[in-house]
Amino acid sequence: MDKLTGLADAVAAIVGDGDSVVLGACLEANIPFAASYEIIRQGRRGLNIIAPISDASTDMLIGAGCVGKVTGAWVGNVSGGLGHNYRRAVEQGEPCPVTICDYSNFSLGMALMAGAYGMPYVPLRSLLGSDILRSNPAFKLAKNPLSEAGEPVVLVPPLRPDVAVLAVPRADRFGNAHMWGSSGVTQEAALAASRVMVIADELVEPEVIRSDPSRVLFPGYRVDAVCHVPGGVHPSPMVGCWRRDNEFFNDYHRRSRTVAGFGEWLAEWVLDVADHQGYAAKLGKRRDDLRIKGQALSAPANYAVT
Amino acid sequence: MIIAAAREIRDGEVVFVGMRLPITAFGVARLTHAPNAVGLFECGLARDMAAQETLYTMSDPANQHGALWASGLLPVMGQLQGGRVDAGFIGGAEIDRFGNINSSYIGDPAAPKVKLPGSGGAADIAAMAGRLIAIMTHDKRRLVDRVGYVTSPGFLAGGEARARAGLAGGPAAVITDRAILRPHGPDHELHLACVHPGHNREDVVANTGWPLRVLEDASETPTPSAAEIEALRAVDRDGFWR
Repeated sequence: MDKLTGLADAVAAIVGDGDSVVLGACLEANIPFAASYEIIRQGRRGLNIIAPISDASTDMLIGAGCVGKVTGAWVGNVSGGLGHNYRRAVEQGEPCPVTICDYSNFSLGMALMAGAYGMPYVPLRSLLGSDILRSNPAFKLAKNPLSEAGEPVVLVPPLRPDVAVLAVPRADRFGNAHMWGSSGVTQEAALAASRVMVIADELVEPEVIRSDPSRVLFPGYRVDAVCHVPGGVHPSPMVGCWRRDNEFFNDYHRRSRTVAGFGEWLAEWVLDVADHQGYAAKLGKRRDDLRIKGQALSAPANYAVT
Repeated sequence: MIIAAAREIRDGEVVFVGMRLPITAFGVARLTHAPNAVGLFECGLARDMAAQETLYTMSDPANQHGALWASGLLPVMGQLQGGRVDAGFIGGAEIDRFGNINSSYIGDPAAPKVKLPGSGGAADIAAMAGRLIAIMTHDKRRLVDRVGYVTSPGFLAGGEARARAGLAGGPAAVITDRAILRPHGPDHELHLACVHPGHNREDVVANTGWPLRVLEDASETPTPSAAEIEALRAVDRDGFWR
């Protein structure tokens, strides 16, 4: 089935008010900012954003009033530090209150794994001693029933997101996608989510993907929409495609310090820009400078039968 | 500070180095006393050499190029829980006398005065690495008697509290811009172990938020050697740390 969809149509069809949405599964890389911007333009409300670390994307969505809950390990701006909108929402309820479900990176990944594989819970030792157990009542401290000593373990419930939005360097129109470099929790998020939206930097023929199935982290039949959005991860980096726009993160950090400053930033970069094409045009030469032009190709792998 | 951090990495060790200063420290260690150390990054990477350019984040293309292993978060962080990681570096907003670190909330978590970014992978690294090395700016607001919220467990209430919680390992060093603190005695309370050149004991004690005790054999941090300075120049090409 041809799943190629425009970004705005895909967001309209796949992301609904109140949905839990994985946005940013690779920590600081491959964050589908173009999808975050479109969610803001379409005025979604009450989302539960799931991401271990999503750099400034979650902070922007919070400031724009789209978020009711954050399920994550870290929200801020990797270049600047604190997330100003996150702070305002949690400390002052501005622009709206946000509930926090505290995780660590590992427990969030394991929760998605449990969701992906139908596990009723997953036992961890990693959160022992942390007050995350106190501030997130979803976790349960138990004793290992399989050992005589009954040492303490933490039971983590599964996460089954409504939607995972995943940015990849290349995909075909049927939802088959290649990814390389570090992948964070991409695989677990894709397999746990009810609906999957792929943001492809490059659209390729199916033969390209099929030539190397080891680079496929989740099967195309689990994908609901493929959006061809070159540079859709800007300002985050993508291996082989884009460098990180550090100055963009710094600028956002400075301007989002006040509500008014954030409002101006949001109008300039999201609300007054019609779509991703308009955003790319606005970046202009700066975008070209961020594009990776060099080549450091991997050796091919042989899949011949005889 | 970087060179002091580099000296905490031993040759042949597997070390979590997911942030800027430890990444540089790892590069210095590799080029000096620890040529066989391996660095892990929670985005899913393992490396045996420093990246060829200054990194803004561990997921930057420069950190992927030349990696030993590019995988996901779980296979890499799972090595921690599997007990296969010798040491890990983390930072935070506050650390207390037992090495507990807060990077989540100032004030009541239900209505915090300041919402900090959160754990990231720090809670996992603090709980599961063989040795925890914390990196902090040394002032009274950051080195506090007790943190209000333990994001990343150190020795908890001290003594056997960490073991009772089910955890091995624990803090081995706190490296600040003024000094190195280490846990000592049955309480595992942090003591002053080394004062960096150009700083003095009285200032360090005065800028610590609990009555900091001084180890009997406390000394001055050895001045960086020519080889260490050369290694730092090679790793930190853009001069970020100079």
